[in-house]
Amino acid sequence: MSDHDYQPSSKLGKWFNDRLPLLTLSNHLAEYPTPKNLNYWWTFGGILTFCLITQIVTGLTLAMHYIADSDLAFASVEHIMRDVNYGWLIRYVHANGASMFFLAVYIHIFRSLYYGSYKSPREVIWIIGMIIYFLMMATAFMGYVLPWGQMSFWGATVITNLFSAIPLIGEGIVAWLWGGFAVDNPTLTRFYALHYLLPFLILGLVVLHIWALHVPGNNNPIGIDIKKPSKDTVPFHPYIVIKDGFALLMFMIVFAFFVFYSPNILGHADNYIEANPMVTPAHIVPEWYLLPFYAILRSIPDKLLGVIAMFAAIFVLVILPWLDTSKIRSAVFRPLYRQFYWILIIDVLILGYVGAMPAEGIYLLVARVATAYYFIHFLIVLPILGYKEKTIPVPLSITEPVLGGSPNLGIIKNKKSLN
Amino acid sequence: MKKIISITYLIFLLLIGSYQVNAAEKTDLIKIDWSFNGLFGKFDRGSLQRGYQVYSEVCAACHSMKYLSYRNLSEKGGPEFSIEQAKAIAASFEITDGPNADGEMFTRPGKLSDKFYMPYENDKAAQAANGGAYPPDMSVLAKARGGGANYIYSLLLGYEDPPSGITLDDGVYYNKYMYGNQIKMSAPLSEGLIEYGDGTEASVEQMSKDVTTFLMWAAEPHLETRHRMGFKAIVYLIILTVLVYYSMKKIWSRIETEV
Repeated sequence: MSDHDYQPSSKLGKWFNDRLPLLTLSNHLAEYPTPKNLNYWWTFGGILTFCLITQIVTGLTLAMHYIADSDLAFASVEHIMRDVNYGWLIRYVHANGASMFFLAVYIHIFRSLYYGSYKSPREVIWIIGMIIYFLMMATAFMGYVLPWGQMSFWGATVITNLFSAIPLIGEGIVAWLWGGFAVDNPTLTRFYALHYLLPFLILGLVVLHIWALHVPGNNNPIGIDIKKPSKDTVPFHPYIVIKDGFALLMFMIVFAFFVFYSPNILGHADNYIEANPMVTPAHIVPEWYLLPFYAILRSIPDKLLGVIAMFAAIFVLVILPWLDTSKIRSAVFRPLYRQFYWILIIDVLILGYVGAMPAEGIYLLVARVATAYYFIHFLIVLPILGYKEKTIPVPLSITEPVLGGSPNLGIIKNKKSLN
Repeated sequence: MKKIISITYLIFLLLIGSYQVNAAEKTDLIKIDWSFNGLFGKFDRGSLQRGYQVYSEVCAACHSMKYLSYRNLSEKGGPEFSIEQAKAIAASFEITDGPNADGEMFTRPGKLSDKFYMPYENDKAAQAANGGAYPPDMSVLAKARGGGANYIYSLLLGYEDPPSGITLDDGVYYNKYMYGNQIKMSAPLSEGLIEYGDGTEASVEQMSKDVTTFLMWAAEPHLETRHRMGFKAIVYLIILTVLVYYSMKKIWSRIETEV
């Protein structure tokens, strides 16, 4: 503990802190030794915390004006947009905030995939993260239902109907989810209740996620274990705080651009038509962040197998720490993995694209190939790669490559390729 | 700094991508350089007032606008009729109110706080009067169609004789921008259909442009505030980002690592 540690000076503060050391928790957080070579891909954890809090605060405000009733929901959203003071701003921040949240979470996840942050000893951080991601998808899906537009209604119908694929009890489960025999008012009210609840579960899991992170400490771009604290680390405050703050501001500029200048570009126009059970939209598409999974679902001709494949696509991520057999964490030292990594990214982007297109002809074929490759990557390529790949020697410490001149990863890569 | 640029570039690519996915729907629409587009986009006040005239004299016969009130017509950022004008517009409609102390419904002249007059009692009545097709409510119509304002403008100008080989049922019209090319609304606008109060020539293009502008405002009544606030917010964020960037450089210069 250093000299500038905060210690409560008042009697009451000391008395309280002896019983619950909440006041000196900040010392731990401020001193938390962080690898000094973290790049900007590591700033998305802080950005995600910002996203979650933004969603909770704007959501709370919207909840004060929104009415969860199938006859009134659409009108209450219009009331928010027109008559509530700055209601349009709050709603657009909330609606685009969901997209920004997913943009950030995908970057966060793919950063983890590149640098092997899911590997021992960080498996629990990764699994908690995957649960958060799954809950985020559930929350976002239910939130999209609340404005009770055409896409809300038909999206809810399609997704809840997936459960009817379960043999024997499927139909019963769907009726139980709906609270009736079709998506209707009971569905809307329960989705509202759950949409309000889940973010707080996510918040709790985020605390666990960070707690679990603070046990082994951050991974880093060269993926080696470092001594903490040491020459390789910097205290979280002020170094990481200011860097995260800078990245957050950059992110907020993009966010603001969407909110103020293209607030509806990420949504579907049909959701400004009030829900009508009698009229089915020409194409039912989910929000962009669910499209890859939607493509996997539709690529399989059998409904039950399609549902299983969709959930399996998430589940392979959960067990990823055991599928990837390589002991080397960072892709910087795994030349082959690096190539497969980029192929996976392209594969997921293709899945997202075909998910937005009608499931027919060439799109269906592409979706099938991309789905197959997705599973091949995780179930076949990763386990084999760990044994077959010739990796590049890993430096012993972060400062070691500095001896060559600069700690930049580009230098390491060049140095290695020269050898 | 290189990494910052690459991150920004990636996000930029995503932005472009989302624009293009959206653009795919509106490929052959007529594109207008609307005054309300862009960083400082504002509605053309005269166009909004004329657009209201087109709506009230033509569209309102069938299309409701149930989320708008007469007071909106005099609010800032909209057509900005004077309070007196808006009051006069409201008073020209007979609104059903009640029940009164005797339990009877009664009619009275409209007030600023009233919602726009509904042309039909209910959706069924609207359908019955329009050959089974429901004339959609126009409150958010400009946001409820892929292509938005350009789509509505194109549709109004898209009426044509059907190509040979296509026979249309009674009460169905050919429109090259309509989904499936068949529309149950006859061409609503014709040369000189209305007489503009400000003397503008009422060509079909002019009326289409005015009413589309009006519908865009109806769907997004706070668009001007949004654009103004957005510009300030983004300028503020950029300045703050630059300041934080230099603070970060300074702080990190204490150790020999680059940020």
